[in-house]
Amino acid sequence: MIKINNLKKNFDKLEVLKGVSEHIRPGEVVAVIGPSGSGKSTFLRCINLLENVTEGEIYVDDELITAPGIDINRIRQKMGMVFQQFNLFPHLKIIDNITLAPTLLKKMSKEDAEKRAMELLTRVGLADKANVYPASLSGGQKQRVAIARALAMDPEIMLFDEPTSALDPEMVGEVLDVIKALAESGMTMMIVTHEMGFAKEVSSRVLFMDQGIIMESGTPKELFDNPQNERTKLFLSKVL
Amino acid sequence: MALVLTLSEQFYKCFIREDRYKLMISGIGVTLKVSLVAVILGVIIGFLIAICNLSKSKFLRAIGITYTDIIRGTPSVTQLMLIDFVAFAAVRWDKWIICAIAFGINSGGYVAEIIRAGILSIDKGQTEAGRSLGLNASQTMIHIVLPQAIKNIFPALCNEFIVLIKETAIVGYVGLMDIQKAGDFIKSATFLPFMPLIATAIIYYVIIKALNIGLRYIEKRLRESEVR
Repeated sequence: MIKINNLKKNFDKLEVLKGVSEHIRPGEVVAVIGPSGSGKSTFLRCINLLENVTEGEIYVDDELITAPGIDINRIRQKMGMVFQQFNLFPHLKIIDNITLAPTLLKKMSKEDAEKRAMELLTRVGLADKANVYPASLSGGQKQRVAIARALAMDPEIMLFDEPTSALDPEMVGEVLDVIKALAESGMTMMIVTHEMGFAKEVSSRVLFMDQGIIMESGTPKELFDNPQNERTKLFLSKVL
Repeated sequence: MALVLTLSEQFYKCFIREDRYKLMISGIGVTLKVSLVAVILGVIIGFLIAICNLSKSKFLRAIGITYTDIIRGTPSVTQLMLIDFVAFAAVRWDKWIICAIAFGINSGGYVAEIIRAGILSIDKGQTEAGRSLGLNASQTMIHIVLPQAIKNIFPALCNEFIVLIKETAIVGYVGLMDIQKAGDFIKSATFLPFMPLIATAIIYYVIIKALNIGLRYIEKRLRESEVR
Protein backbone atom coordinates (compact mmCIF):
# COMPACT_ATOMS: atom_id res chain seq x y z
CA MET A 1 0.00 0.00 0.00
CA ILE A 2 2.74 2.46 0.92
CA LYS A 3 6.31 1.92 -0.21
CA ILE A 4 9.07 4.21 0.94
CA ASN A 5 12.44 4.13 -0.75
CA ASN A 6 15.55 5.71 0.79
CA LEU A 7 13.63 8.71 2.12
CA LYS A 8 15.76 11.66 3.15
CA LYS A 9 14.69 14.93 4.70
CA ASN A 10 16.90 17.89 5.59
CA PHE A 11 15.90 21.04 7.40
CA ASP A 12 18.53 23.38 6.01
CA LYS A 13 21.73 21.64 7.07
CA LEU A 14 20.15 19.41 9.68
CA GLU A 15 19.61 15.87 8.40
CA VAL A 16 16.48 14.55 10.08
CA LEU A 17 15.83 11.50 7.92
CA LYS A 18 18.91 9.82 6.54
CA GLY A 19 17.49 7.19 4.26
CA VAL A 20 14.35 5.41 5.42
CA SER A 21 12.90 2.49 3.47
CA GLU A 22 9.72 0.74 4.52
CA HIS A 23 6.75 -1.11 3.14
CA ILE A 24 3.34 -0.76 4.77
CA ARG A 25 0.89 -3.47 3.73
CA PRO A 26 -2.91 -3.23 3.80
CA GLY A 27 -4.35 -4.03 7.21
CA GLU A 28 -1.09 -3.49 9.03
CA VAL A 29 -0.99 -1.46 12.23
CA VAL A 30 2.51 -0.09 12.44
CA ALA A 31 3.67 1.63 15.61
CA VAL A 32 6.67 3.92 15.26
CA ILE A 33 8.63 4.39 18.45
CA GLY A 34 11.92 6.03 19.30
CA PRO A 35 13.48 8.87 21.28
CA SER A 36 12.61 12.53 20.72
CA GLY A 37 14.31 13.97 17.68
CA SER A 38 14.71 10.57 16.05
CA GLY A 39 12.69 11.73 13.03
CA LYS A 40 9.59 9.62 13.56
CA SER A 41 7.13 12.52 13.32
CA THR A 42 8.96 13.90 10.29
CA PHE A 43 8.75 10.43 8.72
CA LEU A 44 4.98 10.39 9.17
CA ARG A 45 4.59 13.97 7.92
CA CYS A 46 6.63 13.17 4.81
CA ILE A 47 4.23 10.35 3.93
CA ASN A 48 1.40 12.88 3.94
CA LEU A 49 3.63 15.36 2.08
CA LEU A 50 3.22 17.92 4.85
CA GLU A 51 7.01 18.12 4.55
CA ASN A 52 8.82 18.46 1.25
CA VAL A 53 10.86 15.36 0.73
CA THR A 54 14.56 16.10 0.12
CA GLU A 55 15.38 12.82 -1.57
CA GLY A 56 13.89 9.37 -2.12
CA GLU A 57 10.54 8.03 -3.26
CA ILE A 58 7.18 7.36 -1.70
CA TYR A 59 4.62 5.19 -3.51
CA VAL A 60 0.97 5.07 -2.47
CA ASP A 61 -0.95 2.29 -4.22
CA ASP A 62 1.93 2.07 -6.71
CA GLU A 63 1.67 5.76 -7.55
CA LEU A 64 4.83 7.80 -7.08
CA ILE A 65 3.58 10.66 -4.89
CA THR A 66 6.95 12.39 -4.64
CA ALA A 67 6.92 13.00 -8.40
CA PRO A 68 6.75 16.66 -9.41
CA GLY A 69 3.33 17.87 -10.56
CA ILE A 70 1.39 15.17 -8.71
CA ASP A 71 -2.04 16.16 -7.39
CA ILE A 72 -1.19 16.18 -3.71
CA ASN A 73 -4.74 16.93 -2.64
CA ARG A 74 -6.12 13.80 -4.28
CA ILE A 75 -3.43 11.66 -2.62
CA ARG A 76 -4.08 13.21 0.79
CA GLN A 77 -7.74 12.25 0.58
CA LYS A 78 -6.61 8.63 0.83
CA MET A 79 -4.77 9.32 4.08
CA GLY A 80 -6.33 10.47 7.32
CA MET A 81 -4.03 12.41 9.60
CA VAL A 82 -4.45 12.89 13.32
CA PHE A 83 -2.24 15.47 15.02
CA GLN A 84 -0.78 15.79 18.48
CA GLN A 85 -2.48 19.17 18.92
CA PHE A 86 -5.86 17.95 17.51
CA ASN A 87 -6.13 21.00 15.23
CA LEU A 88 -9.91 21.09 15.26
CA PHE A 89 -11.33 24.12 13.50
CA PRO A 90 -12.41 26.35 16.41
CA HIS A 91 -14.80 28.47 14.32
CA LEU A 92 -16.89 25.47 13.27
CA LYS A 93 -19.26 23.33 15.31
CA ILE A 94 -18.18 19.72 15.82
CA ILE A 95 -20.49 18.44 13.11
CA ASP A 96 -19.23 21.06 10.64
CA ASN A 97 -15.63 20.18 11.48
CA ILE A 98 -16.44 16.69 10.21
CA THR A 99 -18.61 17.57 7.21
CA LEU A 100 -16.38 20.34 5.80
CA ALA A 101 -14.06 18.15 3.75
CA PRO A 102 -16.64 15.60 2.48
CA THR A 103 -19.05 18.30 1.29
CA LEU A 104 -16.25 20.31 -0.29
CA LEU A 105 -14.21 17.52 -1.85
CA LYS A 106 -16.52 14.57 -2.30
CA LYS A 107 -19.45 16.77 -3.33
CA MET A 108 -21.55 15.01 -0.73
CA SER A 109 -24.90 16.59 0.03
CA LYS A 110 -25.15 18.30 3.41
CA GLU A 111 -27.68 15.71 4.64
CA ASP A 112 -25.56 12.73 3.61
CA ALA A 113 -22.43 14.25 5.11
CA GLU A 114 -24.21 15.01 8.37
CA LYS A 115 -25.68 11.53 8.54
CA ARG A 116 -22.22 10.05 8.07
CA ALA A 117 -20.75 12.48 10.61
CA MET A 118 -23.32 11.39 13.20
CA GLU A 119 -22.41 7.74 12.59
CA LEU A 120 -18.76 8.57 13.14
CA LEU A 121 -19.48 10.64 16.23
CA THR A 122 -21.50 7.76 17.63
CA ARG A 123 -18.57 5.48 16.92
CA VAL A 124 -16.22 7.69 18.97
CA GLY A 125 -18.90 8.17 21.63
CA LEU A 126 -19.56 11.88 21.10
CA ALA A 127 -22.91 12.02 19.28
CA ASP A 128 -24.24 14.40 21.92
CA LYS A 129 -21.54 16.97 21.13
CA ALA A 130 -22.44 17.48 17.46
CA ASN A 131 -23.71 21.02 17.87
CA VAL A 132 -21.16 22.53 20.21
CA TYR A 133 -17.93 24.31 19.36
CA PRO A 134 -14.53 22.69 19.99
CA ALA A 135 -13.77 25.14 22.83
CA SER A 136 -16.27 23.33 25.06
CA LEU A 137 -14.64 19.90 24.67
CA SER A 138 -11.90 18.29 26.75
CA GLY A 139 -8.62 17.29 25.11
CA GLY A 140 -9.61 13.65 24.85
CA GLN A 141 -12.93 14.55 23.30
CA LYS A 142 -11.22 16.87 20.83
CA GLN A 143 -8.87 14.13 19.71
CA ARG A 144 -11.77 11.70 19.26
CA VAL A 145 -13.51 14.29 17.07
CA ALA A 146 -10.26 14.74 15.12
CA ILE A 147 -10.23 10.99 14.46
CA ALA A 148 -13.86 11.09 13.31
CA ARG A 149 -13.03 14.06 11.06
CA ALA A 150 -10.21 12.14 9.39
CA LEU A 151 -12.41 9.05 8.98
CA ALA A 152 -15.13 11.09 7.26
CA MET A 153 -13.01 11.13 4.09
CA ASP A 154 -12.98 7.30 4.09
CA PRO A 155 -9.18 7.09 3.99
CA GLU A 156 -7.33 3.92 3.10
CA ILE A 157 -4.79 4.53 5.82
CA MET A 158 -4.76 6.52 9.05
CA LEU A 159 -1.64 8.33 10.23
CA PHE A 160 -1.42 9.23 13.92
CA ASP A 161 1.22 11.70 15.00
CA GLU A 162 1.61 11.26 18.77
CA PRO A 163 -2.16 11.32 19.26
CA THR A 164 -2.03 11.20 23.07
CA SER A 165 1.05 13.30 23.84
CA ALA A 166 -0.87 16.53 24.47
CA LEU A 167 -3.49 14.89 26.68
CA ASP A 168 -3.93 14.84 30.44
CA PRO A 169 -3.15 11.33 31.66
CA GLU A 170 -6.74 10.48 32.55
CA MET A 171 -7.82 11.20 28.97
CA VAL A 172 -5.26 9.03 27.22
CA GLY A 173 -7.32 5.88 27.70
CA GLU A 174 -10.45 7.08 25.89
CA VAL A 175 -8.43 8.06 22.80
CA LEU A 176 -6.43 4.83 22.76
CA ASP A 177 -9.69 2.86 23.01
CA VAL A 178 -10.96 4.55 19.86
CA ILE A 179 -7.71 3.86 18.00
CA LYS A 180 -7.77 0.28 19.20
CA ALA A 181 -11.32 -0.26 17.95
CA LEU A 182 -10.24 1.19 14.64
CA ALA A 183 -7.33 -1.23 14.45
CA GLU A 184 -9.64 -4.14 15.17
CA SER A 185 -11.91 -3.03 12.31
CA GLY A 186 -9.05 -3.70 9.90
CA MET A 187 -7.95 -0.13 9.17
CA THR A 188 -4.39 0.26 7.96
CA MET A 189 -2.61 2.55 10.38
CA MET A 190 0.70 4.12 11.28
CA ILE A 191 0.98 5.42 14.81
CA VAL A 192 3.87 7.47 16.11
CA THR A 193 3.61 7.06 19.85
CA HIS A 194 5.32 7.16 23.22
CA GLU A 195 2.77 4.78 24.72
CA MET A 196 4.82 1.58 24.72
CA GLY A 197 2.11 -0.54 26.33
CA PHE A 198 -0.32 0.59 23.68
CA ALA A 199 2.14 -0.01 20.84
CA LYS A 200 2.72 -3.50 22.13
CA GLU A 201 -0.99 -4.22 22.44
CA VAL A 202 -2.45 -2.92 19.17
CA SER A 203 0.31 -2.97 16.60
CA SER A 204 1.07 -5.78 14.21
CA ARG A 205 4.54 -4.40 13.66
CA VAL A 206 6.80 -1.96 15.48
CA LEU A 207 9.46 0.28 13.97
CA PHE A 208 12.18 1.61 16.21
CA MET A 209 13.65 4.83 14.83
CA ASP A 210 16.75 6.64 16.01
CA GLN A 211 19.08 9.19 14.45
CA GLY A 212 17.01 9.47 11.29
CA ILE A 213 16.87 5.80 10.33
CA ILE A 214 14.81 2.73 11.18
CA MET A 215 17.12 0.83 13.53
CA GLU A 216 14.94 -2.19 13.99
CA SER A 217 11.59 -3.51 12.86
CA GLY A 218 9.59 -6.52 13.99
CA THR A 219 6.47 -7.82 15.65
CA PRO A 220 5.77 -6.30 19.07
CA LYS A 221 6.84 -9.56 20.66
CA GLU A 222 10.17 -9.65 18.84
CA LEU A 223 10.97 -6.01 19.35
CA PHE A 224 9.87 -5.56 22.95
CA ASP A 225 10.79 -8.95 24.36
CA ASN A 226 13.88 -9.74 22.35
CA PRO A 227 15.39 -6.61 20.80
CA GLN A 228 18.47 -7.21 18.65
CA ASN A 229 19.82 -3.74 18.14
CA GLU A 230 21.90 -2.17 20.93
CA ARG A 231 20.14 1.20 20.62
CA THR A 232 16.73 -0.47 20.81
CA LYS A 233 17.79 -2.25 23.97
CA LEU A 234 19.07 0.97 25.50
CA PHE A 235 15.91 2.88 24.58
CA LEU A 236 13.57 0.18 25.88
CA SER A 237 15.52 -0.14 29.11
CA LYS A 238 14.88 3.56 29.72
CA VAL A 239 11.18 3.67 28.88
CA LEU A 240 9.82 0.34 30.03
CA MET B 1 -26.97 96.15 19.11
CA ALA B 2 -25.13 93.90 21.48
CA LEU B 3 -21.62 92.91 20.48
CA VAL B 4 -22.06 89.38 21.68
CA LEU B 5 -24.83 87.33 20.08
CA THR B 6 -26.78 84.93 22.24
CA LEU B 7 -26.46 81.23 21.42
CA SER B 8 -29.88 81.12 19.84
CA GLU B 9 -29.02 84.09 17.66
CA GLN B 10 -25.80 82.35 16.66
CA PHE B 11 -27.69 79.17 15.91
CA TYR B 12 -30.16 81.06 13.78
CA LYS B 13 -27.43 82.83 11.81
CA CYS B 14 -25.36 79.71 11.28
CA PHE B 15 -27.97 77.16 10.38
CA ILE B 16 -31.39 78.64 9.71
CA ARG B 17 -30.68 81.80 7.75
CA GLU B 18 -30.23 81.08 4.04
CA ASP B 19 -31.03 77.43 4.81
CA ARG B 20 -27.42 76.81 5.82
CA TYR B 21 -28.37 73.60 7.65
CA LYS B 22 -28.80 72.07 4.21
CA LEU B 23 -25.07 72.48 3.66
CA MET B 24 -24.36 70.41 6.75
CA ILE B 25 -26.85 67.75 5.72
CA SER B 26 -25.44 67.37 2.24
CA GLY B 27 -21.97 67.35 3.89
CA ILE B 28 -23.03 64.36 5.99
CA GLY B 29 -24.12 62.59 2.81
CA VAL B 30 -20.75 63.28 1.17
CA THR B 31 -18.76 62.08 4.18
CA LEU B 32 -20.84 58.92 4.45
CA LYS B 33 -20.64 57.93 0.80
CA VAL B 34 -16.92 58.70 0.50
CA SER B 35 -16.25 56.68 3.68
CA LEU B 36 -18.43 53.75 2.71
CA VAL B 37 -16.97 53.30 -0.75
CA ALA B 38 -13.45 53.86 0.60
CA VAL B 39 -13.90 51.21 3.31
CA ILE B 40 -15.05 48.65 0.75
CA LEU B 41 -12.24 49.51 -1.66
CA GLY B 42 -9.76 49.53 1.22
CA VAL B 43 -10.71 46.04 2.33
CA ILE B 44 -10.50 44.68 -1.22
CA ILE B 45 -7.16 46.35 -1.95
CA GLY B 46 -5.87 45.48 1.53
CA PHE B 47 -6.74 41.83 1.05
CA LEU B 48 -5.02 41.66 -2.34
CA ILE B 49 -1.92 43.41 -1.01
CA ALA B 50 -1.85 41.11 2.03
CA ILE B 51 -1.96 38.10 -0.29
CA CYS B 52 0.96 39.63 -2.23
CA ASN B 53 2.89 40.17 1.00
CA LEU B 54 2.39 36.55 2.06
CA SER B 55 3.03 35.11 -1.38
CA LYS B 56 5.94 32.85 -2.23
CA SER B 57 6.65 34.92 -5.35
CA LYS B 58 9.39 37.51 -4.82
CA PHE B 59 7.81 39.74 -7.45
CA LEU B 60 4.41 39.84 -5.70
CA ARG B 61 6.08 40.40 -2.34
CA ALA B 62 8.00 43.35 -3.79
CA ILE B 63 4.74 44.85 -5.07
CA GLY B 64 3.07 44.42 -1.69
CA ILE B 65 5.97 45.86 0.29
CA THR B 66 6.38 48.84 -2.04
CA TYR B 67 2.68 49.59 -1.87
CA THR B 68 2.45 49.60 1.91
CA ASP B 69 5.72 51.53 2.14
CA ILE B 70 4.53 54.35 -0.09
CA ILE B 71 1.07 54.56 1.47
CA ARG B 72 2.37 54.60 5.00
CA GLY B 73 5.34 56.80 4.22
CA THR B 74 3.47 59.78 2.76
CA PRO B 75 0.74 62.06 4.20
CA SER B 76 -2.76 61.14 3.14
CA VAL B 77 -3.51 64.72 2.16
CA THR B 78 -0.59 64.62 -0.30
CA GLN B 79 -1.88 61.31 -1.68
CA LEU B 80 -5.36 62.77 -2.04
CA MET B 81 -4.09 65.82 -3.93
CA LEU B 82 -1.86 63.74 -6.16
CA ILE B 83 -4.72 61.46 -7.08
CA ASP B 84 -7.22 64.25 -7.64
CA PHE B 85 -5.02 66.87 -9.35
CA VAL B 86 -2.61 64.55 -11.17
CA ALA B 87 -3.75 60.98 -11.63
CA PHE B 88 -7.43 61.75 -12.23
CA ALA B 89 -6.91 65.26 -13.59
CA ALA B 90 -8.32 64.36 -16.98
CA VAL B 91 -11.12 62.16 -15.66
CA ARG B 92 -14.57 63.71 -15.46
CA TRP B 93 -16.01 61.58 -12.67
CA ASP B 94 -17.85 63.00 -9.68
CA LYS B 95 -15.33 64.41 -7.27
CA TRP B 96 -16.62 62.29 -4.42
CA ILE B 97 -15.86 59.10 -6.35
CA ILE B 98 -12.28 60.20 -6.97
CA CYS B 99 -11.91 61.02 -3.28
CA ALA B 100 -13.36 57.64 -2.31
CA ILE B 101 -10.83 55.94 -4.59
CA ALA B 102 -8.01 57.96 -3.03
CA PHE B 103 -9.05 56.95 0.49
CA GLY B 104 -9.59 53.36 -0.60
CA ILE B 105 -6.05 53.22 -1.93
CA ASN B 106 -4.77 54.79 1.27
CA SER B 107 -6.75 52.57 3.60
CA GLY B 108 -5.74 49.49 1.61
CA GLY B 109 -2.13 49.98 2.72
CA TYR B 110 -3.11 49.86 6.38
CA VAL B 111 -5.73 47.14 6.01
CA ALA B 112 -3.14 44.98 4.21
CA GLU B 113 -0.91 45.01 7.29
CA ILE B 114 -3.85 44.23 9.56
CA ILE B 115 -4.95 41.29 7.40
CA ARG B 116 -1.41 40.00 7.03
CA ALA B 117 -0.95 40.00 10.79
CA GLY B 118 -4.35 38.30 11.17
CA ILE B 119 -3.48 35.49 8.77
CA LEU B 120 -0.10 34.97 10.43
CA SER B 121 -1.80 34.79 13.83
CA ILE B 122 -3.56 31.55 12.88
CA ASP B 123 -1.69 28.47 14.02
CA LYS B 124 0.09 26.52 11.29
CA GLY B 125 -1.65 23.39 12.54
CA GLN B 126 -4.94 24.74 11.18
CA THR B 127 -3.52 24.92 7.67
CA GLU B 128 -1.96 21.49 8.05
CA ALA B 129 -5.23 19.99 9.25
CA GLY B 130 -7.04 21.46 6.26
CA ARG B 131 -4.41 20.35 3.78
CA SER B 132 -4.18 16.87 5.29
CA LEU B 133 -7.90 16.41 4.63
CA GLY B 134 -7.22 17.11 0.97
CA LEU B 135 -8.31 20.75 0.76
CA ASN B 136 -6.16 22.80 -1.59
CA ALA B 137 -4.39 25.98 -0.49
CA SER B 138 -7.16 28.40 -1.40
CA GLN B 139 -9.93 26.20 0.03
CA THR B 140 -7.95 26.04 3.27
CA MET B 141 -7.52 29.82 3.23
CA ILE B 142 -11.19 30.51 2.54
CA HIS B 143 -12.84 27.92 4.80
CA ILE B 144 -10.36 27.61 7.63
CA VAL B 145 -7.80 30.40 7.97
CA LEU B 146 -9.70 33.52 6.90
CA PRO B 147 -12.82 33.00 9.04
CA GLN B 148 -10.59 32.76 12.11
CA ALA B 149 -8.29 35.57 11.00
CA ILE B 150 -11.22 37.92 10.41
CA LYS B 151 -12.43 37.34 13.93
CA ASN B 152 -8.97 38.15 15.30
CA ILE B 153 -8.48 41.28 13.22
CA PHE B 154 -12.00 42.62 13.55
CA PRO B 155 -11.20 45.10 16.36
CA ALA B 156 -8.17 46.44 14.47
CA LEU B 157 -10.23 46.68 11.29
CA CYS B 158 -12.96 48.63 13.14
CA ASN B 159 -10.32 51.02 14.37
CA GLU B 160 -9.12 51.51 10.81
CA PHE B 161 -12.69 52.25 9.65
CA ILE B 162 -13.09 54.90 12.33
CA VAL B 163 -9.75 56.51 11.50
CA LEU B 164 -10.75 56.48 7.84
CA ILE B 165 -14.06 58.28 8.43
CA LYS B 166 -12.31 61.06 10.32
CA GLU B 167 -9.50 61.18 7.78
CA THR B 168 -12.00 62.05 5.04
CA ALA B 169 -12.29 65.45 6.70
CA ILE B 170 -9.42 66.55 4.44
CA VAL B 171 -11.44 66.27 1.21
CA GLY B 172 -11.96 70.02 1.43
CA TYR B 173 -8.40 70.34 0.14
CA VAL B 174 -9.59 69.20 -3.28
CA GLY B 175 -12.83 71.15 -3.11
CA LEU B 176 -15.36 68.56 -1.96
CA MET B 177 -17.99 69.85 0.49
CA ASP B 178 -18.14 67.28 3.29
CA ILE B 179 -19.16 67.88 6.91
CA GLN B 180 -15.88 69.55 7.84
CA LYS B 181 -15.86 71.79 4.76
CA ALA B 182 -19.53 72.73 5.27
CA GLY B 183 -18.80 73.76 8.86
CA ASP B 184 -15.78 75.70 7.69
CA PHE B 185 -17.83 77.40 4.99
CA ILE B 186 -20.49 78.50 7.46
CA LYS B 187 -17.78 79.78 9.80
CA SER B 188 -16.31 81.94 7.02
CA ALA B 189 -19.69 83.20 5.87
CA THR B 190 -20.91 84.18 9.35
CA PHE B 191 -17.63 84.93 11.15
CA LEU B 192 -19.02 82.76 13.93
CA PRO B 193 -16.67 79.83 14.58
CA PHE B 194 -18.29 78.28 17.63
CA MET B 195 -21.58 76.91 16.29
CA PRO B 196 -20.43 75.34 13.01
CA LEU B 197 -17.29 73.77 14.48
CA ILE B 198 -19.11 72.33 17.50
CA ALA B 199 -21.81 71.04 15.16
CA THR B 200 -19.13 69.46 12.97
CA ALA B 201 -17.57 67.74 15.98
CA ILE B 202 -20.92 66.48 17.25
CA ILE B 203 -21.91 65.08 13.86
CA TYR B 204 -18.66 63.12 13.50
CA TYR B 205 -19.01 61.90 17.07
CA VAL B 206 -22.55 60.65 16.52
CA ILE B 207 -21.65 58.87 13.25
CA ILE B 208 -18.74 57.08 14.87
CA LYS B 209 -20.69 56.25 18.02
CA ALA B 210 -23.42 54.65 15.91
CA LEU B 211 -20.84 52.74 13.89
CA ASN B 212 -19.18 51.54 17.07
CA ILE B 213 -22.41 50.16 18.47
CA GLY B 214 -23.01 48.28 15.22
CA LEU B 215 -19.49 46.89 15.08
CA ARG B 216 -19.59 45.78 18.74
CA TYR B 217 -22.72 43.81 17.98
CA ILE B 218 -21.07 42.09 15.01
CA GLU B 219 -17.98 41.33 17.08
CA LYS B 220 -20.11 39.67 19.73
CA ARG B 221 -21.71 37.48 17.09
CA LEU B 222 -18.29 36.57 15.69
CA ARG B 223 -17.10 35.44 19.11
CA GLU B 224 -19.97 33.01 19.66
CA SER B 225 -17.79 29.99 18.93
CA GLU B 226 -15.53 30.83 21.88
CA VAL B 227 -18.25 30.40 24.47
CA ARG B 228 -17.56 27.35 26.56
